[in-house]
Formats: sequence, structure tokens, C-alpha cells
Amino acid sequence: MARNRRARRLSEGTIHTLLLLCALVSIITTVGIVVTLLTESVNFFRQVPVWDFISGTRWTPNFADQSFGVLPLIGGTLLVAVGASIVALPVGLATAIFLSEYAPDRLRRVLKPALEVLAGIPTVVYGYFALTFITPNFVRFLNPDAAVFNAFSAALVMGIMIIPMVSSLSEDAMAAVPRSLRDGAYALGANRLQVSLRIVVPAALSGIIASFILAISRAIGETMIVTIAAGAVPNLTANPFEGVQTMTAYIAQTSLGDTPQGSIEFLTIFAVAMTLFVITFLLNIVANLVVRRYREVY
Amino acid sequence: MNNPEKTGGHNPASITTPKGAEAPDTSPDGSEQQVEPRITIAEDLLERPESAPGAVSGASAKLVTKDMHFFYGDFRALRNISIEIPENRVTAIIGPSGCGKSTLLRCFNRMNDSISGARLQGQVLFNNMDLYAPGVDPTEIRFRIGMVFQKPNPFPKTIYDNVAFGPRINGFKVDMDQLVEESLRRAALWDEVKGRLKDRALTLSGGQQQRLCIARTLAVQPEVILMDEPASALDPVATQAIEDLIRVLTQRYTIVIVTHNIQQAARISHRTIFMTMGDDRAGFVVETGETRQVFTVPKDERTEAFITGRFG
Repeated sequence: MARNRRARRLSEGTIHTLLLLCALVSIITTVGIVVTLLTESVNFFRQVPVWDFISGTRWTPNFADQSFGVLPLIGGTLLVAVGASIVALPVGLATAIFLSEYAPDRLRRVLKPALEVLAGIPTVVYGYFALTFITPNFVRFLNPDAAVFNAFSAALVMGIMIIPMVSSLSEDAMAAVPRSLRDGAYALGANRLQVSLRIVVPAALSGIIASFILAISRAIGETMIVTIAAGAVPNLTANPFEGVQTMTAYIAQTSLGDTPQGSIEFLTIFAVAMTLFVITFLLNIVANLVVRRYREVY
Repeated sequence: MNNPEKTGGHNPASITTPKGAEAPDTSPDGSEQQVEPRITIAEDLLERPESAPGAVSGASAKLVTKDMHFFYGDFRALRNISIEIPENRVTAIIGPSGCGKSTLLRCFNRMNDSISGARLQGQVLFNNMDLYAPGVDPTEIRFRIGMVFQKPNPFPKTIYDNVAFGPRINGFKVDMDQLVEESLRRAALWDEVKGRLKDRALTLSGGQQQRLCIARTLAVQPEVILMDEPASALDPVATQAIEDLIRVLTQRYTIVIVTHNIQQAARISHRTIFMTMGDDRAGFVVETGETRQVFTVPKDERTEAFITGRFG
């Protein structure tokens, strides 16, 4: 008896340790990434003043006339991310409302997984779809002067890609709103749209905003589509029909090239990655504040 | 109770004029309560409901079901229901658990519509209009036939916005502040919340929340209020408040209340409908009548057994 119990306690301890190690993997990795980013960025900023980096409007690290103004990369990233959000947030939310409030059970059970397949398509496929189909057939139709590589088609396709992320998470949040709230509104003579927009969406708002933030973060961090379809020229512009380079596309391009390790060109990768990290981090903080402000607790 | 005279002083029809707001006037019955409902509120509180003269026989039927059957898919939940709900009276529906009381109640405002596979046979008449006729808009019905649920379900909004919700979605062009105050007064909640209308409704106690839900229902000026065990989740003091409120509301509204609490039915209702279910679990009506009659000289032995606590 006693031995049996001791053996069991021992195995409990082992499992406890194993599970803890698994949990630590992701934490240690995150810490490692942040430390690497920080140390390499510090090396970069020893050579380039922070202010020049943040406020400069020319990004030409590979030219003889080197300039390290990151604004064109940030601008490109924002242009594509905002474009993708304009597509994905309303369509995703509308899809979620349809799935949660309008679709009969059977349709939802088919439609929701079907939508999630969209998220499973490799991004490289989306990238080529944007470049070889959307740009010639749709973007050129809207604006015949659009560049071959342009922010518009990348943003549009990226928006479509993140729709399921918004719709799926938002639908989960809306499905968690108690039925009694809907009944209360229906009993006052509300129609379906009024119940959806005035009761369910406000009650699920924190989940919906969380899905928005996740989708926007994904759009900012997405690499393959923009590398293929948006171009490789840092370009500070608000015109979506021009080519732009995003921060992620620049990192991919430079990492793949023959940039010598330790050179200033090499260090730019970390400086840009650090910028990307800070932007998404701030976005998350803002999102948390917004959620706390507008949350309707039920 | 807060200041019922003051409450009664406002004519709801002067604030908004949705159809049917003057329901009492359309009654052919000339009983005292209906002629002067706005002044007699306080006195009515002291009166036993049963003492109202000619309570049922004379009052016109607000809701009527004719040979109604109700199905959830293949399951027959209600069998052959033919009842009348008199206007400006409290009608209690009692019976053992699972006999279909709530289902019957929800047939009156088509709240069963959203349940897939739900189907109704026969007729449900509201002011002699068939609620289930083709072309009838269920939202229009629910606007005229309000409902209060078993568990208080205030919206996760402010107290004010809860009451204003119904008038807003129905496009009332009114002085909203006044309507909110009026509705909260009628629900006997005004004095408790007047200083904190912008607080969240969920900060209220359970009993206050339920009265808020009643105020919310009153704000759209319905003709009928359906109550599905409105006090079953409340403590005795809050229950008392709800029962007092129901007595006052009878002045203006037709009330149908489902309750598990037999004493409650005896205390507050004018008429009682006793239901039970058969071996196939389909609910049906055993007996209907004046509450006093049903409780003192029931015609059916099953009613007597239920009321005296021998089954159910």
C-alpha cells in the first residue's frame, strides 16, 4: 500500500514537471526572441540615431547612399493592413452575425468549417492569386495605371484571408451571449437585426474586438502575400495602386539575400523586427483598454 | 409601493399612442374597475381580486385558443387547448412540471417561432385576430403582448437604456425621459433607482431586476403581459413586491401568469387554468374557472388532488 502510494506520488511529480517544461517552452522562446531583438537592435542604434530611424522618409540600406528612415516600411505595412482590415472586419463581422443569428443550425454546421478552410490555404497561394489573378483582372479594371506589384491586391487578398479569423472568433463570442437576453429583446417586439446589432453585438463586444485585434496583428505580421504581390520598393505613399514594401517583406527579402552577418544591413533586420514587435504590442495594449471601456458584462 | 396616485395621474395614451393603449374603454363590461382605473389603484390593493363583481362572465376575451395543438417536431406538447383569457384580469396557469404551461404561454406571443420544428395547429385569437394567420408579423404581436421571464434578464446596459430599449426599437417619438420615469413608476421601481438611472442594470438586486424587466415591458404599452413564473427566482420580500405590482397592473393590462406556486395563484389571480399531462406527455387543460371556485370547489378530482398537494 505505502509503496504503491509513494510510486503514485512520484509519477504525479514527474507529470507535473513535464507539463511545466512544456509550458516553459513557449515562454523561453518568447524571452529568447525579445532578448535577441533587443541586443541586435542596440547594436544597430549604436550606428544609426533612433530619431533618424523613426522619422526618416528614405529607406535605402542597400544603396551606396545609405539612409535608414523606417517610415516607408511602416507606411507600406499600415497601407496594406488598413486595406485588409477594411475588407475583413465588416465582412467578417457580418458573417459572424449571419452565422450566429440568422443561419439555421444545419447551415452553420456546414458554413463555419468551410470558412475556416480559407484560413488553412497556404499564404503563398494567396500571394500568387493576388499577383496573377486579382491584379490583372480586378485591380487593373479599377485603375488601368496600377502597378504590377501594388498594395491594393495584396490588401484585398489578405483581407479575404483573415475574414474567417474575424468571423469565427466573433461568432464564438456571440454564441456565448445568453439566450435569455435575445428572448428579452424579441419579447419587446425587436426584429432579428435589432436583436443582433443592439443586444448581441454589444454584449459580445469584447470578444469581437479581440478578434479584430488578432486579425489586424495577423495582417501586420503577414509576410508571404505582401512579398509576392505588393512589391519590393520602399515607398511612402497612400496610393494603394502603387507598389510598397512592408516591414515583413523587407525582413524576408534581406534575410534571403547574401547580406553579410554583423553588417549594418544585417542589423536592420532586427531594428525593423523590433519596430514591428513594438507596434503589435502597443496595438494589444490599446485593444485591452478599449475592451475594458466598452465591455458589457452579462 | 410608491405613490400610486401620482403614477395613475398620467394617461399613457397622452405620452404615446400605440394602438390599443385605451384597451379598458373598448370593453363592453361596465365594471367599476374598468371605468375609473386610474383613481382606484390604491383601493384595489386592499381589495381581494375575487371580490371584483362580474369578474369574468362579463369581461370580453382578450386571448382565445380554439382546438389548439402544439408540436415540437413529432412530439405533441399541447393537446386540444380551448381557453379564453379575459381582459383586464389576472389569469393563472397552474399544473405539474412539464405539462406545457410555459409552452402554452409562449404560444400567445409566438415566442416558440424560433424553435426549429415547432408547429401549431388550430387557432390563437388576439382581439379576434388570428395570431398565426399568414402575413401576421410576430414582432408586431410581441410589441402588443409583452412577456416577463422566469429569470430576470435585464440587458447589460444602463437602467435607463433597458427601459428605453423597447420604445426606441419600435420608433416611439416621445419624451423618452418621461416615458422611462412613467414606466419605472408603474413598476414600483422609480423611488429606488431615480438617482442612478445611468447605473448598470446588473447592479440591481434580483427583485429590482425583475421589476425593471416589467418596467421595460410596460414602456412599449402592451395590452397583455405574459409572465412566466416571474417570482420563482426571487426571495419572499421581492415576491411580495411583484405580487402587489401585478394587482395594480390589472387595472390596465390583461395578465397571464404561469406559476408553480399554488398559493401565489390563489392570491393574485381572478381566473385559474389547471393543466396536466397525459401518458403521452402531451399537456392539456383539465379545468378552468374563477380562481375562488377552482380552489374551493374544483370540478375535477385531478384539480383537487393538485391543489391539496396530493400530486404534482
